[in-house]
Amino acid sequence: MTRHDSTPHAIEVRGLVKHYGETKALDGVDLNVREGTVLGVLGPNGAGKTTLVRCLSTLIRPDAGTATVAGYDVVRQPRQLRRTIGLTGQYASVDEKLSGWENLYMIGRLLDLPRKDARRRSDDLLERFSLTEAAKKPAAQYSGGMRRRLDLAASMIGQPAVLYLDEPTTGLDPRTRNEVWGEVQRMVGEGVTVLLTTQYMEEAEQLASELTVIDRGRVVAEGRIHELKAKVGGRTLQIRPSDPTQLSAMADAVRRAGLDGVAGAQMVPEEGLLYVPILSDEQLTSVVGLLGAQGFAIADIGTHLPSLDEVFLAITGEKSSESDVLRDMKEEVAA
Amino acid sequence: MSTATLTKPGAGQSGPTRPAVAEDAEGRIGLRANLRHIGALARRNTLQIKQDPESMFDVLFMPIVFTLLFTFVFGGAMMGKGNQSEYVSYLVPGLMAMMGMNVSMSVGTGVNEDFQKGVMDRFRTMPIARSSVLIAKIVVEVGRMMVAFTILLVVGLILGMTIGTSWLHVLAAVGLSLLFGASLMWIFILIGLTVKTAQAVQGMAMIVLMPLQFGSSIFTPTSTMPGWLETFTNYNPLSNLADAARGLFRGDIPIAHDVWMVLAWSAAITLATAPLAIRKFRDKT
Repeated sequence: MTRHDSTPHAIEVRGLVKHYGETKALDGVDLNVREGTVLGVLGPNGAGKTTLVRCLSTLIRPDAGTATVAGYDVVRQPRQLRRTIGLTGQYASVDEKLSGWENLYMIGRLLDLPRKDARRRSDDLLERFSLTEAAKKPAAQYSGGMRRRLDLAASMIGQPAVLYLDEPTTGLDPRTRNEVWGEVQRMVGEGVTVLLTTQYMEEAEQLASELTVIDRGRVVAEGRIHELKAKVGGRTLQIRPSDPTQLSAMADAVRRAGLDGVAGAQMVPEEGLLYVPILSDEQLTSVVGLLGAQGFAIADIGTHLPSLDEVFLAITGEKSSESDVLRDMKEEVAA
Repeated sequence: MSTATLTKPGAGQSGPTRPAVAEDAEGRIGLRANLRHIGALARRNTLQIKQDPESMFDVLFMPIVFTLLFTFVFGGAMMGKGNQSEYVSYLVPGLMAMMGMNVSMSVGTGVNEDFQKGVMDRFRTMPIARSSVLIAKIVVEVGRMMVAFTILLVVGLILGMTIGTSWLHVLAAVGLSLLFGASLMWIFILIGLTVKTAQAVQGMAMIVLMPLQFGSSIFTPTSTMPGWLETFTNYNPLSNLADAARGLFRGDIPIAHDVWMVLAWSAAITLATAPLAIRKFRDKT
C-alpha cells in the first residue's frame, strides 16, 4: 500500500471492526491516507462509510482494530486527536438557530482563539466561503449549499491537519456541488489531508487521488484512481453519427485505429449510438479527430463515468449491497 | 499533490492563529479553558433564546398564571374567603420549588432536541471537555429560573405577600431553590439522553413531577393529610425546600433541618446523576 512514495501516513487504519448488534458496520477495514492527499472512500449506502468516519473522529469506539490519525490513537488519545481534525458531516453540523458568524465565532472560542482572533477568523472565513452577506442571518435560513459551505468554514477554523468529509455533496444541486468541490480542492492545496466518503464515482474522480471501495464493512478494492479506472474501464464516449446508417462503418474505423482499450467499441443500432470506452482525454481527442479526418459527420457526442454499480460489477463481479436503492437514487438525480 | 508538504500533524501547533495550547500533554482541558468553553456555549444557548423568544414563555407566564390560579382558587378555601393574601405568603416560597422543577424538566427536552442535530457531533469532535456542553446548558437554565423567580416574587408582592425577614433571607431562599433546581437538571439531562424523543421526556417527567409536587408542603400544610401521605411528604425534598424557603421568608419557624436536607439532597442528586449524564453524553452515538 505504501508502494508509491515515502510520504508519511496521516491516517492509518488496521483491522477496524464495529458491530451494531448482529450487523457488522465495519468488518476489518485497513486503509492508509498519506499526508496532504485525498483518499476517496467509495461505497453504497450502508457500506460502513459513516461508521468509519465516526470511529476516526472519536464519536464512537471501535470494537477491535486500531486507528491513528496524525499519530494519535483514536481510543487512547482522543483528546489530542480532536485538536487535529475537522469534520463536515452528511448533515450540516452547525447550529441552525445561530447566524453564520455566531457559529464560527463560537467554534473559534471553543478552540481557544482569543476574542479578537476568533472575530477576525470568522470574518475571513465567511468572506472566503462567500457568506459575508448572509453573515448575520440564522443558518436555518441558508440554502443547502450555503449551509454546507458554512459547515466547511466551521471545520476550517481550527486549521485542522486532517479533514473528514462525509458525503459532502449528497443532496446538493450540480452547481452547488461544483462550488463545494472547488473549496475542497483549495483546502487540499493548502496541505490538508482529506478523507472523503462519497457515493459518486464522479466526485471521487474530481477530488481524490486514491480510492478505497468498501461494501458491507469491508474493503473490496483500493488503489490510485487511474488504476481502478483501468480496471473498471474509465469513461465511456457516446457518439451519434448524423447518418445512422454509418454506425457500423464508424465502429470499424474506431476499432482499426488500434488505440489502447478502444478496441472495445460497441454499437447499439436501436439507439443509433456508438459506445467507446476511453482511458484519457487524449484518447477522446484521438477518436473524435480520427472520425473527423475520415469524413464522418457527428450529430452528438458525450461521455459518462462508470456508475458506482458498474464499478462494483467490474471489481467484484457482483452487484453492490444496495444496488437497487442506488439505481433509484441515480434515477432521481438524473431526473 | 502527493508530494506536497503540509503542516506537521503534531499536537495542536498547526497554524499561525493557533493559540497557546490550553492543555497538558495528556490533552486534558485546564480550568480556565474549560470556563471559556462553558462561556462560549452558554452564549450559544442565550443566542438561541434570542432567536426563539417563545422559548421564554414558560418562565415568563408560568409564575403569573400559577400564582393567580392557586391564590384565587385555593386561597379562600385554605384561609377563608377574603384572606387570599395570607395564602400568597404561604404559597409563593413553595412555588419556587415547583417552578424550579418545571424549568429543570425543560432542560431534558432541550438536550434531547439538541442531540437530534448535527451540531452535537461537532462539539463532541472538538477538544473541549464533554461536560462543558451540559454545564453551559445548566448555567443558562439557571438564568431562566432566576427570571421565573423574579416574576414570581413581583406577582406575590402585588397580591399582598408579606416578608417577615430581610431581602437577604429572600435571596438565600432563592439561592437554595436555584441550587436544588440545578441538581434536578442532571436527572432530566440523563432522561433526555436516554429516551428517544422530546415528547417522551415530557411524558416521563410528568409521571414523576405531579406526585412529587402535589404530595408536598408546597400548596398545603402536610398535617391535614392522611398518615401515610404525611410520611411521604415529609420525606419529599420539595417539602424540605418549600419549608426552608417559607421559613426564610417568615423568620419565625426553625429552618436548619430543612436547609440541611435540601443541601444534602442537592449534593446527593448531583453526585449520583451528573457523572452518569456526562458518561451517557460521551458514549451516545
